[in-house]
Amino acid sequence: MKLRIHVTLKPGVLDPQGKAIEHALAGLGFAGVNGARVGKLIELDVAEGTADADIDAMCRQLLANTVIENYRVEKA
Amino acid sequence: MKTAVIVFPGSNCDRDMAVALEQVTGRAPAMVWHRDTALPDGIGMVAVPGGFSYGDYLRAGAMAARSPIMAAVAAAAGKGMPVLGVCNGFQVLTEAGLLPGALMRNGGLNFVCRDVALTVENAQSAFTGRYAAGERVSFPVAHHDGNFVADAETLDRIEGEGRVAFRYAEPVNGSARAIAGVLNDAGNVLGMMPHPERRIEPAHGGTDGRRLFEGLLETIGA
Repeated sequence: MKLRIHVTLKPGVLDPQGKAIEHALAGLGFAGVNGARVGKLIELDVAEGTADADIDAMCRQLLANTVIENYRVEKA
Repeated sequence: MKTAVIVFPGSNCDRDMAVALEQVTGRAPAMVWHRDTALPDGIGMVAVPGGFSYGDYLRAGAMAARSPIMAAVAAAAGKGMPVLGVCNGFQVLTEAGLLPGALMRNGGLNFVCRDVALTVENAQSAFTGRYAAGERVSFPVAHHDGNFVADAETLDRIEGEGRVAFRYAEPVNGSARAIAGVLNDAGNVLGMMPHPERRIEPAHGGTDGRRLFEGLLETIGA
């Protein structure tokens, strides 16, 4: 079973990388970019039937730092 | 006092830390490999050194925090053993949940490698007894991810409980409320981005860091 784990910064957590990207896009002449935030996409290949609770535990224990990040699991 | 330094793949300040501990305690620390599952007997203090454990994969300190030895470090910390995390060690301790908050990319995006001025905020802790509250000290920093982040409630709590050990006295990395070093609620775990182990003897350009180790030795009466 293929999973796509989207890890994103929580709202309110400052993202210097996103800010730099936003400024770089403006520097390239793209107007109207009102924000940029950088996250991660982690693709997992797990055994069929892996319990949602186990997938959630993988996210909480390692893949995301829930102090600063949210995560969303997408089953392909 | 017997001490231990945890060594991860990618640690690069483990030897600096070992030299500092040996100079101050008079005996070489045990170098404990991350795959070990127990700390050596009779250890009075654990240091988690700087570096780039696991190449900072996923997040700085994330992989190291889940390595086998960290369960033993967490258990020892829970029983009151002093644990000092410096630089990557601070990142590891936050990732391990032994300290609040997280360390994110520096606000200016640049790697910062220079001496910085710090203010000693709490001179009562197990680590800072040889400093005066409000004293200005100088330690080197060398990090890319030293931007301390926590929610406002957590920041208020750690400040209110006197758990900010050191604060930057100049702009360095964008850390919330200029926090450079933070203690756990019991006061026996300290994480800090600046490197006290690199200010041990006059040849280092100063000895401000030595007092941290001396104070710790005094506190634990070894």
